[in-house]
Amino acid sequence: MQTANTDPNPAQIAAIARDYHPPAATQDELVDARGEMRPVWRGFMRHLLALSGEERTRRLARADQYLMDSGVFYRQYGTAKTEGGQSVERPWPLSHIPVLIAQGEWQGLSAALIQRAELLEAVMADLYGENRLVAEGKLPAALIAANPEWLRPMVGVRPRDGHYLHFLAFEIGRGPDGNWWVLADRAQAPSGAGYALENRVATSRAFADVYAGMNVPRLAGFFRDFRDQLQALRHDPLARVAILTPGTMNETYYEHAYIARYLGFTLVEGEDLTVAGNRLLVRTVSGLRPVDVLWRRMDSAFADPVELNQQSRIGTPGMVSALRAQGLTMVNALGSGVLETRALMAFLPKLARDLLGSDLLMPNIATWWCGGAAERQAVLADPGRMVISDAFATGLPYEGPLQGLAASGLATADLAAKLASEGPRLVAQEAVTLSTTPALVEGRLQPRPLSLRVFLARTAQGWQVMPGGFARIGASPEPAAIAMQNGGNAADVWIVADRPQPAVSMVAPPSAAYRRVTPGSLPSRAADNLFWLGRYVERAEGIMRLLRARNIRLAEAGEAASPLLAAMDPLFESLGTKPDTGVPAGLLSTLGWAISSAGHVRDRFSPDAWQALIDLNKTATRMAAKVTPGDDAARALSALLRKLTGFSGLVHENMYRFLGWRFLTIGRHHERAMGMAANLAILADAKAPEGALDLAIEVGDSVMTHRRRFSLQTSRVTVIDLLALDEMNPRSLRYQLDGMAEQLRLLPEADEYGMPSDLTRAMLRLHTDLATTRPEDLTTQAIWALRGRIAGLSDLLTAAYLR
Amino acid sequence: MLYRIRLVIDYVFARPTGAGRQQFRILPANLPGCQTVASETVTFAPDPQERQVFDDFYGTRVVQAVMPPGLTKLTVTMQASVIRRSAPPEFDMSAPLADLPGQIALIRDLGPEAPHHFLPPSPRLPPSADIATFARSATANCTTARDVVQAMGRALHAEMTFDADATEVDTPAETAFAGRHGVCQDFAQIMISGLRSIGIPAAYVAGYLRTLPPPGKPRLEGADAMHAWVRAWTGAESGWVEYDPTNACWVAEDHIVVGYGRDYGDVAPVIGMLRLDGSQKGSHKVDIRPEGEG
Repeated sequence: MQTANTDPNPAQIAAIARDYHPPAATQDELVDARGEMRPVWRGFMRHLLALSGEERTRRLARADQYLMDSGVFYRQYGTAKTEGGQSVERPWPLSHIPVLIAQGEWQGLSAALIQRAELLEAVMADLYGENRLVAEGKLPAALIAANPEWLRPMVGVRPRDGHYLHFLAFEIGRGPDGNWWVLADRAQAPSGAGYALENRVATSRAFADVYAGMNVPRLAGFFRDFRDQLQALRHDPLARVAILTPGTMNETYYEHAYIARYLGFTLVEGEDLTVAGNRLLVRTVSGLRPVDVLWRRMDSAFADPVELNQQSRIGTPGMVSALRAQGLTMVNALGSGVLETRALMAFLPKLARDLLGSDLLMPNIATWWCGGAAERQAVLADPGRMVISDAFATGLPYEGPLQGLAASGLATADLAAKLASEGPRLVAQEAVTLSTTPALVEGRLQPRPLSLRVFLARTAQGWQVMPGGFARIGASPEPAAIAMQNGGNAADVWIVADRPQPAVSMVAPPSAAYRRVTPGSLPSRAADNLFWLGRYVERAEGIMRLLRARNIRLAEAGEAASPLLAAMDPLFESLGTKPDTGVPAGLLSTLGWAISSAGHVRDRFSPDAWQALIDLNKTATRMAAKVTPGDDAARALSALLRKLTGFSGLVHENMYRFLGWRFLTIGRHHERAMGMAANLAILADAKAPEGALDLAIEVGDSVMTHRRRFSLQTSRVTVIDLLALDEMNPRSLRYQLDGMAEQLRLLPEADEYGMPSDLTRAMLRLHTDLATTRPEDLTTQAIWALRGRIAGLSDLLTAAYLR
Repeated sequence: MLYRIRLVIDYVFARPTGAGRQQFRILPANLPGCQTVASETVTFAPDPQERQVFDDFYGTRVVQAVMPPGLTKLTVTMQASVIRRSAPPEFDMSAPLADLPGQIALIRDLGPEAPHHFLPPSPRLPPSADIATFARSATANCTTARDVVQAMGRALHAEMTFDADATEVDTPAETAFAGRHGVCQDFAQIMISGLRSIGIPAAYVAGYLRTLPPPGKPRLEGADAMHAWVRAWTGAESGWVEYDPTNACWVAEDHIVVGYGRDYGDVAPVIGMLRLDGSQKGSHKVDIRPEGEG
């Protein structure tokens, strides 16, 4: 952009300089050693400083609103003190000011990281192949043999496509000399690329106009090329690409679901998969379907409880067998975590010369493995600038101890003794000094430590670097404050180019022939969660309607209503709720289960619907604390019912009418039929107290219809007709059975070999029986029998599709 | 000595179980110079859906079977004829304890025989201060690695009571040691932990032991189930030696090797994922006799 070379006005620069003081002896991204703004920042800062305080606040709020609307969160593991050891979902901590890097500098950095990716591939191939590096004395055998991430069952297992590594990340930081250093290699299952995308969308919303003018390359091309490569790695064109997640309790589950949705891949958990005939298969509602490429987002050792960690509850028995037989391609190969070993960094500079014939283009932080006598001497010679930690640690340097040894109070003699006895298990690294970058802190730009995660993917053209990255910004000037678990923030990274960048998107270029892709078959676990989501949401609605009716009567008639209220007790009991408070615990736990079911299928859900559900739950929880029984509760429940209808509307208006939707709908019909049958059996019973029939109509949300259809007095027959048999009433039993029959007919393999399945047969019989019943024949006993048969459908459905 | 070995593993499940993948490490090893398998068969009832045999990292042969769903009973039968030779070394050629670290460091190898695998803590054998203390005091007067192995094995045998009911398959070595009781698996793992604590690489050996003693000799403990003992690396020249702490003896021709590992987990006879919906009962029966007997 033309204005990029124009300096901001000197008064503004002065204003920044007055408040902005990078720590001494570090680099700052924004200003140079003389306190002058670096050219790459000028355009952006001119824009930022031109905004009024109010306008700036509005723009930042726009980014936050985006993150909230799309439900971006991360999971923070609680400490015993704060959260009782539980983990909680936290809103995404975005630092709004992006990190700006000039394209020229970025190109050099990219070349260096591609070189490092090639080095890691070569080391990996050796560690799981010939082990020449150990045989030639280039790597100590002890460092590998004692390494928990070197997985012996994978030794000798060749990856099907010839490559062990397909997706890597490097954590880099800028040292005091201005050069970039590699702080850590991420080769196990790097996270953050999806969050980087979200950071980009949010940040570009806040700064839409300046973003458009700064020639910042888009991220979509990187993902598109990687997606195409994963598709191309399939041997069987009918098989699918899946993303393997450890599950909803994982720190970065949000990202797994997000990337699966973004790339159009199936998100699976270990128990969704099975291995047969050395092929990997996913259990779907249409039966077992092959998976040919698996992008693994869990640590290797958990992937197979038979050959790897036998304690794993999230793995797939036989995964290693399938890999051994080259039945699939895994991204990255199992065992790649060994490359993250902190002590390995001591050897990589020399290995680069041995394996690639060239020096590392970007150094990693100086590292000494204390298993060697010479290294121990080096550490003892200058302990002041060293940090000692576990040699096999795979965390980031700032997640370990940061204190230099000089500050740790360890006497030199003690240090020598420690090194001598535990040497092979220890690594010494130069203490990290990170550069600072501007962050807005209470409305002012403040320097904060920066570390940058850069992503590399192997594509058809070789390694490709994502043009941007995931920046971590410290919450305070301390380098330790950069870890997100410690309150650090995330920021977008803009590569600022001199010339306009080609527009790219995930959509295929116009030259490619248009092909309509049928959605892949639904994993059984996802179907199960959708079915139960439908049931729990409907159950919550049933509870709310009953509670509201109860509280209205309590408010109107008080004690006089007690026979009727007592008659309702068994209904609450069947829904697992005690109506003793305004918003009782049973309702809250039902909502909690709905959220838990929904959480497992977030990749199949609109963020709006998820947000609506979360919002409903929050409101209900808040109300539970203060609402009193009677009129207050009745009004609160009306408000909750409206919110719940909002969620149902979002699902039913927006969800694609495919298998997932069918299971959700079946669950909803099923639960509504169960609830209605119980209501009728109890409230329309001959012995039910005065007012029970009107209550049944009210709970069945059919007051108006009843009045219109039957101008005469409410009688048992009119109630049964309207709430059980009327096919036009969306609350009636008949309507639910119609709906279920319709959806079941459309499920895969509703017929077996041309014969209706057990489920289809049971459904048909039930449906016919109800359709041919007269209201006067539907006695209380007959309704209970019907309800039992409806319950049986759930078991048949589970046996046929959900296991 | 030519042995006939017969192993029968029986499972009975209270309820039908889902499909399951199982790995069995029960086949005798072929060891150049001391153990040769003349014949072997493994049969399953009912038949598995899939079945393969492969060598694991340590060279142990693994029989992998995928069992069909709806299983209520499973019987695995292994029969083999094995020729076992052994000449216990007469001289102590092992390294002085102080020389071991240097000798180990010189070995640039990560193959299954390399000592490096067997010195660090392993998944089931984290460092134990109690066992280390015991190991130090039991071997205080030893100079060579071989001395240490024997002293440690004898001391352990004297200290511990063989008790088939005191421990479970997952009982940590430290817990078994604290109770001073256990079975061959406990004896072996405690001894391995102790040897590692004083710098001797030590491996877990799974195998079989002849059921009936030779005439005039006492019956050995652990003969009616699969057995376990210890393999220790005693220096570049003497290499690996094997010792049975449950019976306080050097391993000779009464022991038949199935495989080696860092601890029980690497060479457990059955590893599997049979989904256990209900309770299951299992039993192992082993019968080993020299050819011509019984």
